[in-house]
Amino acid sequence: MTTIAATAGDMHDHAHDHDDKPAFFARWFLSTNHKDIGTLYLIFAIVAGIIGGFISGLMRVELAEPGVQYLGQWASYLQGSPATLDESYHLWNVLITAHGLIMVFFMVMPAMIGGFGNWFVPLMIGAPDMAFPRMNNISFWLLVPAFALLLGSTFVPGGSGLGAGTGWTVYAPLSTNGSVGPAVDMAILSLHLAGASSILGAVNFITTIFNMRAPGMTLNKMPLFVWSVLVTAFLLLLALPVLAAAITMLLTDRNFNTAFFDAAGGGDPVLYQHLFWFFGHPEVYIMILPGFGMISHIVATFSKKPVFGYLGMAYAMVAIGVVGFVVWAHHMFTVGLTVNMKIYFTAATMVIAVPTGIKIFSWIATMWGGSLSLKTPMVWALGFIFMFTVGGVTGVVLANGGVDDNLHDTYYVVAHFHYVLSLGAVFSIFAGFYYWFPKMSGRHYSELLGQLHFWVFFIGVNIVFFPQHFLGVQGMPRRYPDYPEQFAYWNEISTFGYVVMAAGMLIFFVNIGYALVAGRRAEGNYWGEGATTLEWTLSSPPPFHQFETLPTIK
Amino acid sequence: MSAAISPKIQRRNNRSAFMGFALVAGMVALGFAAVPLYNLFCRVTGFGGTPQIVDQAKASTVAIGTQTITVRFDANTDSALPWEFAPEQVSDQMTIGTRDMAIYTAENLTNQPITGRAGYNVTPVQAGKYFNKIQCFCFTEQTLQPGEKVRMPVLYYVDPAILEDEDTKNIEEITLSYTFYRVDPDNVGG
Repeated sequence: MTTIAATAGDMHDHAHDHDDKPAFFARWFLSTNHKDIGTLYLIFAIVAGIIGGFISGLMRVELAEPGVQYLGQWASYLQGSPATLDESYHLWNVLITAHGLIMVFFMVMPAMIGGFGNWFVPLMIGAPDMAFPRMNNISFWLLVPAFALLLGSTFVPGGSGLGAGTGWTVYAPLSTNGSVGPAVDMAILSLHLAGASSILGAVNFITTIFNMRAPGMTLNKMPLFVWSVLVTAFLLLLALPVLAAAITMLLTDRNFNTAFFDAAGGGDPVLYQHLFWFFGHPEVYIMILPGFGMISHIVATFSKKPVFGYLGMAYAMVAIGVVGFVVWAHHMFTVGLTVNMKIYFTAATMVIAVPTGIKIFSWIATMWGGSLSLKTPMVWALGFIFMFTVGGVTGVVLANGGVDDNLHDTYYVVAHFHYVLSLGAVFSIFAGFYYWFPKMSGRHYSELLGQLHFWVFFIGVNIVFFPQHFLGVQGMPRRYPDYPEQFAYWNEISTFGYVVMAAGMLIFFVNIGYALVAGRRAEGNYWGEGATTLEWTLSSPPPFHQFETLPTIK
Repeated sequence: MSAAISPKIQRRNNRSAFMGFALVAGMVALGFAAVPLYNLFCRVTGFGGTPQIVDQAKASTVAIGTQTITVRFDANTDSALPWEFAPEQVSDQMTIGTRDMAIYTAENLTNQPITGRAGYNVTPVQAGKYFNKIQCFCFTEQTLQPGEKVRMPVLYYVDPAILEDEDTKNIEEITLSYTFYRVDPDNVGG
């Protein structure tokens, strides 16, 4: 990356004298400040992450042993009357649906794009704020009713029981003829709102990045995190409207007697899958690309070297984004595609391993010969690289249409996407969080607790997910609350791993509490010479309004 | 807001945002356009086992081949449709290129008139583009009076080009499947 050094020497503190923050309500509820909105997004993501993580705990408890132990009690408790077995099974579907939707739309996306994107894109390009500060506010506040609709859907009928039990993919006909009641309508409207929120955010980011860069910062000098958010924003603009169209058709199929996806009226449910995955595949890159950007900065900072192959890194992300739009049918190898289509989608999917490989090797090359310091953000980044590579390798396995016939909808797939998302995306979020937390809050966290959090969490999630590869290869299908005796061994270990992971999360919350109450004050650039982007030229936390004199990039 | 944005930047911002939203509108339109496009794509290419519909004039130009192929007939009814629906003949061996007729019968088992509509498909799906129907009861609504029984013909032929396609030349048996769904005027697509 081109070394970026600001020339405006007085940027550090001259803004303090008129750093007039609005009062509490105006500041947090009517906010137009990109840093405050970023903070709101991060808090939202943490709350959603706690709920989504708690749901995965419920699932792991139920899966600890063969048989249905707890679902009946939970379903009875939820509906206030004794639950039948069908209602218990429905609760399982509701749990997997909620876990998936919450983690994708209300945890990872708000944290990465809304949280870190809002906080650091304007800082890194030397802009005073986002291009449309009020639209930024709407983006955030649309998420709140969206989340409320999704959570609320759990308490209204959705077919065999309470709540929307369609899976995060909302496949027809289960989501149309198969789920009578308002729950699925509420979940679909929740997706509409979350999608609108993301589209507004994406337009804002694109405008900001194209028009509000400081003088001298050309596109090819932009920090890689900004590049990653730019590519992500374009993916959002191209992918989310297709989801919006598809789920709107679901709504009309459900409520207005259309038959877009209903074979009885000449429609085709497979078309829904095509539309969903045309969105769904870019969506997984939307969740990981900002992570790629953050990891590049962290690896460079803690190697005290500029990132290896800056242009290759930037255009690898563009390539991943472009190719990501033409591989969607690898999610539907078993719907009856012809051999030729399977050949194409297998090959196209494997091509993505090339730009991804460029990124992995460039990170390694950045560290090579660098002056490494294994601070908390760096160990998370290394954890990310390791986990993402494991998930990438199983992804290449699954890309094979023939192999996928066997592994489709097994726990192997569950293990694969949790390695790239739950461990990949989440590790990059934690890496970014530790990297920037003192910058955002002005307080240092405890390095010891940060390292401890990493190791406990790392061991925990690997115990959760690695055995799921074995279960999948042995043929355990996803989305079932019960399984035959032969799968008991690894399931018990997987559930044990969840407990370890949860302990790791406790350490995280203790650390945040400690930092906010008693953390050491952070100076402007607390990482030293490796940290070269513009946010490090500002105080920690940055002034409420930054860059009143625009910095100039050499 | 904070540092005032110059009018020039503001104009450029508005233009960028406009283009962004135009892109969104275009993608929404494409999402909906996918429905007729997918339908057209299936009909033109026979994708997913969609048989071709042809007229008499075209059918009479087809050369008659020498090889034979077996066509099986399958009939299904939606669980909401109390009809007896079956082919008169389960399978038929025919010479590729010749026209053949299959008869399906449907009987209303109830004491009230019911309207149904059939969807159809062939397997293996690759054979869709070579399976030509000249006359059929596809997607037309049929109303059967109480106890009424009708015979419904399908006139079809298999295009000899099936023997020249790598993917289909080894196919020895094609299954034509019909499924009758209930058409409920109050709840189309139910």
